[in-house]
Amino acid sequence: MITESTIPLFVALPLAGAFLTVLLKKIKGIPDTFGVMVTIGTFVMSIFAVLQLEIGQKVICNVGNWGGFQEVLGKIVGIQLVVDGLTAFMLVVVNFIAFLVAVYSVNYMTRYTEKWQFYSLFLLMLAGMNGVLITGDMFNLFVFVEIASIASYALVAFGTGKRELEASFKYAIMGGIASLLILLGVIFLYSNTGTLNMADMTRILAGGDHPALLYFVFALFLTGFGLKAALVPFHAWLPDAHPSAPAPISAMLSGVLIKALGVYVIVRIFYTVFGFTHEISLVLMTMGAISMGVGALVALRQWDLKRLLAYSSISQVGFIMLGFGIGTPLAILGALFHLFNHSMFKSLLFLDSGAIEYEAHTRDLKEMGGLAKKMPVTNGTTIIGAMSLAGIPPFAGFWSKLIIIVAAVQANHMKLAAWAVLMSIVTIAYVLKAIRFAFLGELKKQFANIT
Amino acid sequence: MDAYLPYLLCLVLFCIGIYAVISKRNIIKIIIGVIIAEYAVNLFLILVSYKAGGRSPIFSQTQEILPEAMVDPLPHALVLTSIVIGLATTAFLIALAVRLYGKYGTFDNSRMRELRG
Amino acid sequence: MSKEHDRGMTISVKPGTRLTVGLIFLFGIYIILHGHLTPGGGFAGGVIVALSFINLDLAFGGEVSARIFAKGSTSVVEAFGGIMFLALALLGLQWGGFFDNFLHPDGEPGMLISAGIIPLENIAISLKVGAGLFAIFLTLIALQKFESEKK
Repeated sequence: MITESTIPLFVALPLAGAFLTVLLKKIKGIPDTFGVMVTIGTFVMSIFAVLQLEIGQKVICNVGNWGGFQEVLGKIVGIQLVVDGLTAFMLVVVNFIAFLVAVYSVNYMTRYTEKWQFYSLFLLMLAGMNGVLITGDMFNLFVFVEIASIASYALVAFGTGKRELEASFKYAIMGGIASLLILLGVIFLYSNTGTLNMADMTRILAGGDHPALLYFVFALFLTGFGLKAALVPFHAWLPDAHPSAPAPISAMLSGVLIKALGVYVIVRIFYTVFGFTHEISLVLMTMGAISMGVGALVALRQWDLKRLLAYSSISQVGFIMLGFGIGTPLAILGALFHLFNHSMFKSLLFLDSGAIEYEAHTRDLKEMGGLAKKMPVTNGTTIIGAMSLAGIPPFAGFWSKLIIIVAAVQANHMKLAAWAVLMSIVTIAYVLKAIRFAFLGELKKQFANIT
Repeated sequence: MDAYLPYLLCLVLFCIGIYAVISKRNIIKIIIGVIIAEYAVNLFLILVSYKAGGRSPIFSQTQEILPEAMVDPLPHALVLTSIVIGLATTAFLIALAVRLYGKYGTFDNSRMRELRG
Repeated sequence: MSKEHDRGMTISVKPGTRLTVGLIFLFGIYIILHGHLTPGGGFAGGVIVALSFINLDLAFGGEVSARIFAKGSTSVVEAFGGIMFLALALLGLQWGGFFDNFLHPDGEPGMLISAGIIPLENIAISLKVGAGLFAIFLTLIALQKFESEKK
């Protein structure tokens, strides 16, 4: 199932869905059908990809039969699409969340007009993310990052209220600058290695040593992709952008977009292309620890439910980066596990917040209360997601955090481990605050007619 | 020294663009800042392909193909893609600016106060 | 003077536009069709074609293009261009790979009908870019009209 000729379908299917949605927008029900069908298709394909790949195996597709590693005039030409273990894992995460979000949107998006625009942009974003995951070419990576980013800017502004437009403007300007830095990094790499192919670049970079240039490119990529991943010095757009989007898109942005465009690319470039060194480890660990702390502490004093969840995303991405920064096999396992868990429970929590907003017409925690009696299902799912986020033992979030902390102890980073434990406790505090104010307590009068 | 001047120009342009994005309050000026910075990067991309005395890498029947005498064609293709992406971003930003003007009646960034930090 | 003459720009612009707009349009078509032989291609040609329509609108007022195109048809044309491009890429899977050039893989240098699917892809791109750019223009002037009506 996962062969050379099916890899491009991960990008081609959502793209075709997006265009056909626009073409057939007059027919009722078409946008929903395409949205759900396409995401089912890519999800099933990603499952096959995970099942069929053996450990260490790579499936490579040479676009346009250009021959990949054939040399033309001493240079390697052509774009390669590559699926390896990490890619297949990320594909499952992205496409599973996309499928759930598409199903959820069928009902939720009826309160907006022009549903076809939503699905078209959503599928474009999915195509961009899948493209980022499967590409094996530096410039191609930049192009797909931009496709996903521009679609997400438009989706953040989808409500076209003051808040949404402002958040989207801020996000688009910061994202635009980030893209410029990424492009600058790609140009520097190209001018010094003479290739854009990642595998070839790895080979050339491993051979020669030009540290001064490499450190500059590190800085450019760390800033650019750090902005896309919302690591702390570069996080300012996220708390505005993610809550402003419609709930399904918040789930998509927080659940997978910052990971596919930020975390995955940082890992891919810093682990495989540059090679993992002590300095990279130190920088990633520091940024992870700072993100973790700032995100959790600021989340504590938020009263807007979706804003609280957005700050919590910054904190949890910090956990993931900490795991990747430590860099031992156990830590990487923990980071990947936490990445998967975070996609699941943060998407769940954002979809729940959407359900609350749908019924109660507010996002302010002070105005909520007692919703547990009126919305038992949402109550249950929110508690499951929140417990996983807080790291309460039987839930998955506990185990992934535990693995990261144990790995930190094993690698002799005692202070980081203690910091991680402390921040997990802060996480419990803000999660309990959200549940206490939203679901427990007296039922407010204005919610009496919710069924 | 002369060989470095174009690169210096790129740096100056990029800094002007970033300065405009950071310090200006008018959102149209911010967008112009992004565009200037973007063109600085595109100019740099073209400079990477430059070769002293090289001619344009266009295939035609009357001229011989001499890879050594031609400039590197790949950055030319890349810069075209980058310009297209820049066009999309710019168009989107301008549409947003027009909508923001409709909501607030001003382009002044400091008077848009829906979001708090 | 009829109402027709009040719209758009002054009298000196309109005859000039009438003379040049067809040539600009044809030049765009030329660039698209010769995309595989000379510099240019789908993107550049599409932009020129879109500019010829934008010229018309600027000179004669925003309603001229509305007579040529039905409302919302730009997005349909754009989507059609996208589908065509993607379909050509996917057809290649049948013969060897994504984006495989399955017609005339070798081609003849300098000949108009050669290079397999590349001219077709240029046409698809030009449809997408031309319609897309024109749609952006229409959206911006529609927003502006909306603003001026509100005041």
